Amino acid sequence: MEILTQVHEKNLVAWAKDKPEVVVFSGDLTGSTEITLFKKTYPDRFFSLGMAEQNMMSFAGGMARDGFTPFVHTFAVFMYRRALDQIEMSIAYPNQRVRMFGFLPGIMTPGGVSHQAINDVGVLRTLPNMTVLETGDATDVESVLDVAQAVDGPVYIRMVRKDIPRLFPASERMQLGKARILSRGTDIALVTAGICTEEAMRATALLEKQGVSISHIHVTTHKPFNDPAVAERLAAARFGVITMENHTTVGGLGSEVAEMMAETGVSTRLTRLGIPDTYAHGASKEYLVKEYGLDAISLVRAVEGVMNQKFGISEEALADVRLSEFTGEMQLEAL
Amino acid sequence: MALDTQTTTWVDEARRVAAGIRRRALELTIEQNGCYLSQALSSADILAVLYTRVLNIGPSAAPLTPPPFPGVPRPGHHPLGADYNGPREPGSDRLLLSAAHYAVAIYAALVETGRMAPEALFEFNQDGSSVEMIGAEHSPGMELTTGSFGQALSQAAGIALARRLKGETGKVWVFMSDGECEEGQTYEAVQALAHHRLDNVHVYIDVNGQQVDGLTKDVMNIEPLADRFAAFGAEVVTVDGHDLEALEAAARTEHTGKPLVILCYTDTARGIPLLEDRKPNLHYVRFKNDEEIARYREFLAGM
Repeated sequence: MEILTQVHEKNLVAWAKDKPEVVVFSGDLTGSTEITLFKKTYPDRFFSLGMAEQNMMSFAGGMARDGFTPFVHTFAVFMYRRALDQIEMSIAYPNQRVRMFGFLPGIMTPGGVSHQAINDVGVLRTLPNMTVLETGDATDVESVLDVAQAVDGPVYIRMVRKDIPRLFPASERMQLGKARILSRGTDIALVTAGICTEEAMRATALLEKQGVSISHIHVTTHKPFNDPAVAERLAAARFGVITMENHTTVGGLGSEVAEMMAETGVSTRLTRLGIPDTYAHGASKEYLVKEYGLDAISLVRAVEGVMNQKFGISEEALADVRLSEFTGEMQLEAL
Repeated sequence: MALDTQTTTWVDEARRVAAGIRRRALELTIEQNGCYLSQALSSADILAVLYTRVLNIGPSAAPLTPPPFPGVPRPGHHPLGADYNGPREPGSDRLLLSAAHYAVAIYAALVETGRMAPEALFEFNQDGSSVEMIGAEHSPGMELTTGSFGQALSQAAGIALARRLKGETGKVWVFMSDGECEEGQTYEAVQALAHHRLDNVHVYIDVNGQQVDGLTKDVMNIEPLADRFAAFGAEVVTVDGHDLEALEAAARTEHTGKPLVILCYTDTARGIPLLEDRKPNLHYVRFKNDEEIARYREFLAGM
């Protein structure tokens, strides 16, 4: 599997070439949100709104009313947390075509609690009219723009940046409301999103060798969350359902799956892996995924717990799984 | 010196409209035993000048009798209270109400200028009506949803930037209250308007000096307002908010490269001196007993 760098930076410029209605807003994080090339290429469609996010969100809502599609770029926390009322009243209520690109989801930054968007999916999926998407690989990042732009209403996108793997073939593009079904097993249904999917794939590679039959589902649309193909896989799981998300276990993917299970009558056990209802702190991604149980070994232990069996899989064995050229070497996310 | 007959005509008309706004707001306050009356009294002259003289807008594109609540905005459905302010044309002005609590004043102004049926005003705050107490964008005369304060000016900036990019010549007018000047977003918006040189934005602010808990000077001082707006990059004019000709002249202030802010100092009891006794608790006026209602009825009969 290849590793690509600055996928959004390049893709956005190519994609927006023949879309004059698309304008880009920056909240003083142009380099950090991969829009420097857009600024250079289309200076007339790039607008600096500074460190004033409440104004930026309402400004975007106003501009969308007059036919433009603002692509607002900043760290996720400065949108959904700092300017939630502006998102609700200036964008979501009037159902405006604003695309919000939220960077540094979950524990993807050593910037600590002020920079970590741990409950953005949970908060934003309660907003009527809002569509919530999440990217987990280069193909997701490349195709999310088309998915978002087809929505007649506001869209929030959890973005990954810098060096990201291509987990899915470039031709298999993200689709609104359709999860990627990576395998169709009958012991465990494993539902993951964002960066957790790659980590989970390390574990599933070894678990399957031990004879565990897994349905692995990669979710890219958190709202609307009603894909019948997902419900079908949940119903097929004999031992239980496990969710794994770079988000608190309250309100995000785990809750989405719980709601779907309840509503479709799936009565097996649900185990939710994620940030366990706590604020996080500043450290490397590799350190934090271990601390909060978002790594492959935590998933193996969860599967063992659900199936009440041991599979003898070690951390060393998981580390040897080579999904991509990416070595997992610690790479500090620059602010 | 000969009087400009044209000028005389619009001032007379604006005076009539302003008086009508005050009369209708009082009538509604009596009939429904409660209304945002003081806001209508302080802003009546500003809105009258906007609707009769300043705004370059076409005739209403909406039914005289507003339809019932049409549902919230959703894909394929954008309710346009703005249709009462005329069809959306590249050369037409847009009026954005920031202080949604002034809804009654806007509705009364629409009635006085023939854009809404007089009977429709009595649908105010009735269940199922779009003539809501604190309106939203389905309510007559409202383009935005602004009951959460300080957001309209930022939205106006977005609209103004879009209009500039499209080469539209119509202006964007925002009507704000002074309480909103306590919101930090107001100054973020002025900063952005100035930074992006959005001089197609014009703001009338009703500085009536009053908010829910009392006088703004006691609750949270906002002065010196003119200095504050100027410091963030606006061209600022200060006028007597009940002087029709001054209100009109202010709109013609040169402000190339800057948004124009017109601070209109007003009186919340203007036109109904009986209310002086209740100051500063005038945010929402409800009469206490039959005797008081009778006094106001008598006053109304003379308006």
